[in-house]
Formats: sequence, C-alpha cells, structure tokens
Amino acid sequence: MKSQHISRRGVLHSAAALSLLGLTGCATTSIPQRAKVVVVGGGYGGATAAKYVRWLSDYKIDVVLIEPQEAFISCPISNLVLSGVKQMADITTPYSALSKRHGVTVVKDIAKSIDTRAKTVTLGGGATIGYDKLIVSPGIDLQYDTIEGLRAANASGQILQAWKAGPETVALRRQLEAMPDGGVFAITIPEAPYRCPPGPYERASVVAGYLKANKPRSKVLILDANQDVTSKGPLFKRVWNEQYKGILEYRAQHKVTAVDAKAGVIKFDVQEDVKAQVLNVLPAMRAGAIAVQTGLNNLGSNRWCGVNYLNFESTVAKDVHVLGDSIQIAPAMPKSGHMANSHGKVAAAAIVAELSGWPINPAPMLTNTCYSFIDPKMAIHVASVHEYVAAEKTFKTVAGSGGVSTGPTELEGVYALSWASNIWADSLS
Amino acid sequence: MMISRFRPAALACFIGLAAGAAFAQGASPQEALYIKSLAATCANCHGTAGQAVAGSANASLAGRSKDDLVTQMKAFKSGARPATVMHQLAKGYSDAQIEVIAAYFAAQKK
Repeated sequence: MKSQHISRRGVLHSAAALSLLGLTGCATTSIPQRAKVVVVGGGYGGATAAKYVRWLSDYKIDVVLIEPQEAFISCPISNLVLSGVKQMADITTPYSALSKRHGVTVVKDIAKSIDTRAKTVTLGGGATIGYDKLIVSPGIDLQYDTIEGLRAANASGQILQAWKAGPETVALRRQLEAMPDGGVFAITIPEAPYRCPPGPYERASVVAGYLKANKPRSKVLILDANQDVTSKGPLFKRVWNEQYKGILEYRAQHKVTAVDAKAGVIKFDVQEDVKAQVLNVLPAMRAGAIAVQTGLNNLGSNRWCGVNYLNFESTVAKDVHVLGDSIQIAPAMPKSGHMANSHGKVAAAAIVAELSGWPINPAPMLTNTCYSFIDPKMAIHVASVHEYVAAEKTFKTVAGSGGVSTGPTELEGVYALSWASNIWADSLS
Repeated sequence: MMISRFRPAALACFIGLAAGAAFAQGASPQEALYIKSLAATCANCHGTAGQAVAGSANASLAGRSKDDLVTQMKAFKSGARPATVMHQLAKGYSDAQIEVIAAYFAAQKK
C-alpha cells in the first residue's frame, strides 16, 4: 500500500481538534429569548448542524442547542461496550467544545413543545425561545406498544433494547456478564426501516465473539422480522459460518408479537416461541417524540418526517428542518450516524444561505461510511456517495460509487475506530 | 514548481457556479459556502476543514498540496491506488469536484 505518505502527515498534522476538549460542563448561562437558529437534539444530526451553522456563517449566526443529556454518547461503537472491548467513557464526548470553541449556546433541557406558527420552542423548564430557523433532530422513538408486554419488561429492566447508547448499554452488558455458560442471547429485529440497519447483526456478531471466548457453550439467536439480512448480508453470513458456526444462528421471518419477561419467552406471529436467558427485543421505530408531537411525521404510515431534500425543510412546517433518523429516507439512504452528520451539514449550509439571502446550493452531496465490527478487532464496511437529483427532488447514489468490504480485516477495525474519533470531533468539537 | 492555485478554467463546470472560486484568493462568500459544504463531505472521516484528530489513521487533508490530493483521488478513482474504502468513495466525485475539494484543502491551515 502506498499510504505511508498520508499516514505520516496524518500523524504529524492532525493538531487542534481535541485541544479544547477534556474540560467539563457546558455552563449554560442564561437562556436567550430568541435565536436565529434553534436546534432540538444534540446527536449526530443536531450537534453537527449546530456547529456547522456557526462555522459556515463565520460565526455570525447565533445558535441555541437544546439537549437534555450531559454528554453525547455514541451508538456507533457501543456494541463494543456490550462485548466488553470498550468502556462507556470511550464513546462519550462532552458538549463543551460546541459552546467554548464554536459559541453555540448549549441549553441542558428538553424541548417540551414547538409552536410552528409562533415559531417558538418551549422547554421542560418553562422557558420559551423564538427562532427564525428550527432544526429538529430527535432521533428515533421505540414503539414499545407494538409488542405486547415489552413496555413493562423494559420498565422493570428485564428486557432491554440499548438502541440508544446510555444506561441500557451498561445494563445489557451486565446481563451478558451474568448469563451462565450455556445460556442463549436472543436479539430480535423489526422490519426495515429502523435505526442502523447493520447494527443488530454487528451486535449479534460481537456478542458471539465474547461468548465464544468466555462462555463457549452459549448461543446467539438472531430473530429477524425481515426476509433476509438487511445490510452487508453476504459478509455477515460468511463470518457467522466461518467464525461462529454452532454459536450463532440466524432465523429470518420472525416477527415478534409479545414477550413474557418472567418466563424469558418471545412470541411470534407465525413461528414457535423462543426461550432465552438474555433477551434484546428491538421494536419498530419512528421519528422522535417531539417530531411526532409537532405533527412533522407525515409519511411512512406517520412514522417518519417528510423533508425537501435540498435543505431538509419539513414538508409540513415552514422554517422547520428535520434531520437524521427521524426523516423519511431517500432511496438507499440508511438511518445512520454518518448520514445524520451529513444531513446536518447540508441543512446548515442551506440555512446559512437562506439567512444570508443567497440561493441554496443546488447540488448538495452526502456520504455514508458505516463500519461493523465482527469480533474485538476486525471490521467490515458499507460506503456510498449520494447526490441531489433536481429533476426527481431526491438524493440518489452516484452511479458506480460505493460498495462493501471484500472481507473482514483488522485494518478496517483500525479505520473504524479512526472514523469514530474523527466523526465525533467533526460533530462536536 | 510552485503549487498550483485554483485555475479558473478547471472550475467552470463546478455545480453551476461561476468560475473563479479561488478559495484562498477571495471567492465570494456564497461560492465559499458551496465549496466548504462540498469539502465537508470529507470531514466525517478526515476532520472539519480536513484537520483529522491527533493520531488518526485517517489522513489529515489540510495544507496538503493540491496536485498531490488530485493525484491521489484520481488514483483511488481509477483503482491504481488500492484502498479499503476510498476507491469506492472517490468514484462518487467528478474530476471537477475533486479539483475544487483539493484546492480547498490545500488552502487550509495544517
């Protein structure tokens, strides 16, 4: 490989991105009564949009970011916390650089309601902030009530999802640690679309790796509502056959209808019941609650928010832009963190243009690179480049671009972790 | 040889923009915004403004010679330079876009 030139420079010149990190607290001062741009949600989409509106406007446009969490916790790489390879601290990034370095006013609160006519957001704490442009990036909501017994099982801590990295990630790790050798870890997958298409298969793989090394009589069961593996299928199947034969079993067309937490049983619409010691039941998902409450969820059986892809403005509410996993996706557009970051940049550039009185870039581009670990060290990827096609008012993948790995390698594992540290910095620092 | 700056001719076809978006030489604010947002599609992996994080396996692009960046991207695109991901991503950009992106990163502080 001819990469020594790049690698050397990469090491020598990757300077400042982290230099202002590591300090604590975002020290919310007073909450402004209005801002040019208000962002609801500090995930991959919202944090990136907040930073990029500031940066792309040469710090002329004021931005308020509303986010209830103390720090950003990444879903990508969180499966390695489940398998014991990484700790929560490794996937956590403070919001302090957004405020200190980029001058974003970070308000630690929830957005309780949005009035799209008055153009205001009311916070849980009671304050109201007016906006010229609103960015709504609330991620997904898990539809617990689509599976009988699941809401109660989650509340009692017996059946967890850990599909938003955080306390449930830690709790599910504990369940895996406590599982006796010879136990079964069962993960169920809802019908697409859902957040992070390859995520469940990555999780099953790395958990299988953990069990193979530590509890070799145990098993992993994937119970998938879809007809087949929804992402990187041939690659995952090869890994399962070569590395996890006898440990991991994949079953398609298993749609969960109910759970019995006490008995550890999952029930399906057609197939026979399955019993397991650790149950990771992922229900159907939809746009985050605040998007639904605001009525932005106009598409996909009212699960997702329609947007004008040129600037990610809601097709329901003027001057409200929706990003990330909440939107109705364009063809071949995954619900991924990388894609949400890309949405954030396109929306930020469009908003800066609009507020500056310039035309919006008529030809925005998006990329997606999504790595999946298959054991503690090796990873595989899927990558794509998307261009806005004005005639069809949507994004499409550029013909001939994109693809997947030829197979899992440790080199891709290195790049996967490097991807993570760079996208965390790009979104938050 | 001097590192070449933006050549207006190479830019004429950049997504409908007028030529002359010499980023380091006073592009209009609107042109600069479009260029920055095109180059930002690299930032997810290579850092905002091409400044990758310290110790990153992904290369920093800021401050590299434009010619070198163009050469590398075209080598990824043609397959001459093997890669894990970049050969797939490079094919998503036109030669004109590669010129614009390379000139932008060349003009950034390392």
